[in-house]
Amino acid sequence: MIGLIAHNALLISVAVIAFGAIVAPFAIRSGRREWLQLTYGAVYTNFVLVSLATALMIVALVTHDFSVSYVAAVGSRSTPLLFTVISLWGALEGSILFWAWVLALYAAAVVWFHRDRPGNLVPYAAMTMLAVAGFFALLLAGPADPFVPVWPVPADGPGPNTLLQNHVLMAVHPPLLYLGYVGMTVPFAFAIGAILSNEASSNDWAILSRRWMLASWAFLGAAIIAGMWWSYEVLGWGGYWAWDPVENASFLPWLTATAYLHSVMVQERRNMLRLWTLNLCVATFVLTILGTFLTRSGILSSVHAFTTGTIGYYFLAFIAVVLVATLVLVAGNSERIRATGNLGGVASRETVFLLNNLFLTAVMLTVLVGTLYPLVAEAIRGVKVSVGEPFFNRMAVPAMVALIFLMGVGPSLPWGSTTVAEARRRMIAPAIGAAILGAIGVLAGARGMYAILAFAFVGYAVVGNLREYWIGMRARHNAHGEGWGTALLRLIRGNRRRYGGYVAHIGVLFVALGITASSIFRSEREATLLPGETLTVAEHTVRLKSVWGREEPQRSVIGATLDVLGKDGEVIGTVEPRMNYYHVSDQPVPTPDVRSSLRGDLYVNLSAFEPNGAHATVKVIVEPLVPWIWFGGLVMVVGAVIGMFHRGRRTRVPPAPVASAPLPEPRVMETVP
Amino acid sequence: MNWKRATIAVLASVPLIALFAYGFTRDPGEIPSPLPGREAPHFALEVFAPGEAPLARRVGDTISLRELTGKVTVVNFWASWCLACRDEHSALSETARQYAGSPTQFIGVLYNDRPSLGANWIAGMGGQSYPSVLDERSRTAIDYGLYGVPETFIIDPSGRIAYKHIGPITSSVLRSWIDSLLPGAATDTASVLETR
Repeated sequence: MIGLIAHNALLISVAVIAFGAIVAPFAIRSGRREWLQLTYGAVYTNFVLVSLATALMIVALVTHDFSVSYVAAVGSRSTPLLFTVISLWGALEGSILFWAWVLALYAAAVVWFHRDRPGNLVPYAAMTMLAVAGFFALLLAGPADPFVPVWPVPADGPGPNTLLQNHVLMAVHPPLLYLGYVGMTVPFAFAIGAILSNEASSNDWAILSRRWMLASWAFLGAAIIAGMWWSYEVLGWGGYWAWDPVENASFLPWLTATAYLHSVMVQERRNMLRLWTLNLCVATFVLTILGTFLTRSGILSSVHAFTTGTIGYYFLAFIAVVLVATLVLVAGNSERIRATGNLGGVASRETVFLLNNLFLTAVMLTVLVGTLYPLVAEAIRGVKVSVGEPFFNRMAVPAMVALIFLMGVGPSLPWGSTTVAEARRRMIAPAIGAAILGAIGVLAGARGMYAILAFAFVGYAVVGNLREYWIGMRARHNAHGEGWGTALLRLIRGNRRRYGGYVAHIGVLFVALGITASSIFRSEREATLLPGETLTVAEHTVRLKSVWGREEPQRSVIGATLDVLGKDGEVIGTVEPRMNYYHVSDQPVPTPDVRSSLRGDLYVNLSAFEPNGAHATVKVIVEPLVPWIWFGGLVMVVGAVIGMFHRGRRTRVPPAPVASAPLPEPRVMETVP
Repeated sequence: MNWKRATIAVLASVPLIALFAYGFTRDPGEIPSPLPGREAPHFALEVFAPGEAPLARRVGDTISLRELTGKVTVVNFWASWCLACRDEHSALSETARQYAGSPTQFIGVLYNDRPSLGANWIAGMGGQSYPSVLDERSRTAIDYGLYGVPETFIIDPSGRIAYKHIGPITSSVLRSWIDSLLPGAATDTASVLETR
């Protein structure tokens, strides 16, 4: 019954979407703008219908209605409630349904917030989003229908993929990823809308879509970090990033979105890079679809690949349509879109932004080539190759290190131009930061140019960004006699975009520091221990206490309890790495135990055990600064949130009057040029 | 609208789409094994499940690959916890019985499992015509580059691996390989590999 209602809701949504998308151009061409309400109505109706279908799926999952095919495939009576609910995105059909719901939500929100904007930008954007939604609705109506009736009704199901029911981060990573991925549809829709409505030669659409891009960028960044965390906490290998095709697929649009967030500022300020910014919008969306295609079609070997049927062919057709349609629109109109502004001085912020875009694009292309190369090699040379860490590290790391440096340079350079002497003066403080952190890195044992540069540049950029806060706060403090806390708050409120951006920079720098330190200074050992025996890795000692077993409804748990010993051999804590044997699978799911501190992680994984408890083989990994990666991700999101709720350029706190002490820089409050 | 530029841009995207379309014709999970054609890694393993007459071996006997030179040897890795092993069980057991009179030897190798569970499984499946051996610490499985169970290796009379099968094997695959490798077939591994 549930299946029937939901299936029909999805069928109706196909018709509603098609109607809404077709009406829009007629309404605009014929000048009957009141018809546009039909398009907007279709957007809202689609949201209601897909919400209904999604809610019914959750009901079906929770009530173990195994007459619904998706529930029969991923449900199980012994699975805990939380994991039953989140198995909504645990397999192909459910994840497509969830995707369609997020897209419907975004489309409804865009129409709701921008429905009164004059011009044809929003109607065309709504049409574009409906067209994309139409693709997913078609998938749900046919090849990825999650509501196929099952008869006879099974008594129980296998439960979700065991890897996906072992950690609570599975409740976090996928929804964030979808919010990020699907959100990229909005800037894309604005870009297409801008071309169709002849507004692409103004900067308005790019500014309008900036906030949506920022939100999606933050979601995607948080999703990537949460995915790294999940991999770290569940897979038992002590790593968080493997350059797996699907990891790369999530990283690619994040790179172009980051480039967009910077290039749109140049477009706004200097009237440059208009075509480029539009291309970044389009590329970001295409890369999200490409990423989904790579995950869902099974054409690349990946840990994330779902088992698939024919859905890959539909995605291929969709990519082809999207590529051809956008290329025709963008390339065909490129002369009209192209901007006419020009660059300020060499030592200016826009120069840094250009370099930033150049390097981000370089990293993106490197990762893209590395990801697709196995396919190219097989097509052209007929050989199977796999492209792994060495390629990506060698090719992408230099550009990433350069980006860290630029993150420190950009904030301290003004728009327009400055003198070389002035630029040099502004680099003194960051350079000291670079020297300090670089020296710490070398003393800790960092060798190799990129390792040392990474430390030094993180130091440079942290100081470079904090210095902007310091200068602004000091100016307010001196001018208004504000307390430092008030000065900080008012400073941020006065220009949320700018200071939010610096917070996001700090977050990214924490991530960079955590990745650099944990990959250079990682040490690990594996040993088989009898109870009472110890294992020491990088001054951390663990002692095996016992090996135990426990039965839970959906799994058997084998664990080892180890004492963590302090310097004098006293017990300062315990760790309990486990292996979870789910009843439906032969493969145990490792569940390492991680003891975190600011300085880093003690990561203990149970590799093997003797069933009678006589001994256990454990792997102990010491990874410095790993928690900084997770924390940095959070800071990045905070920065994005600050930047998102700016009140526009005109409403700002009045600039601080020049105080008795001369302000060090004339641009403290960022007056509009 | 500049149609020339638009056309060029679209043409530039064709190779990418063609590449993805090509991708569908490939299975990325398929890893070609370097083993076929090479000498089979040696093993000498202890029997824990005897099998049935006339193929039976005493429990505790050691089966060594070296003593099997001159026979077509079928080595099947299995486990009691492996669902797919149930599917191939009767094909293996019956084919082994059919070839009982010719120079062949079937061996089951228990993988990552306890002998008592393995013996129970055999009893539950209605018996196994040929003997199964224990692989302490999975040494043999590692030598054979086992990826999972079931996997089956067919070794020719000269001790070379002729064929590696991943997943449940069928009796027709078994029969065609054994027939082509039996001494009377006047072929060797190399030529069989070539014709395939």
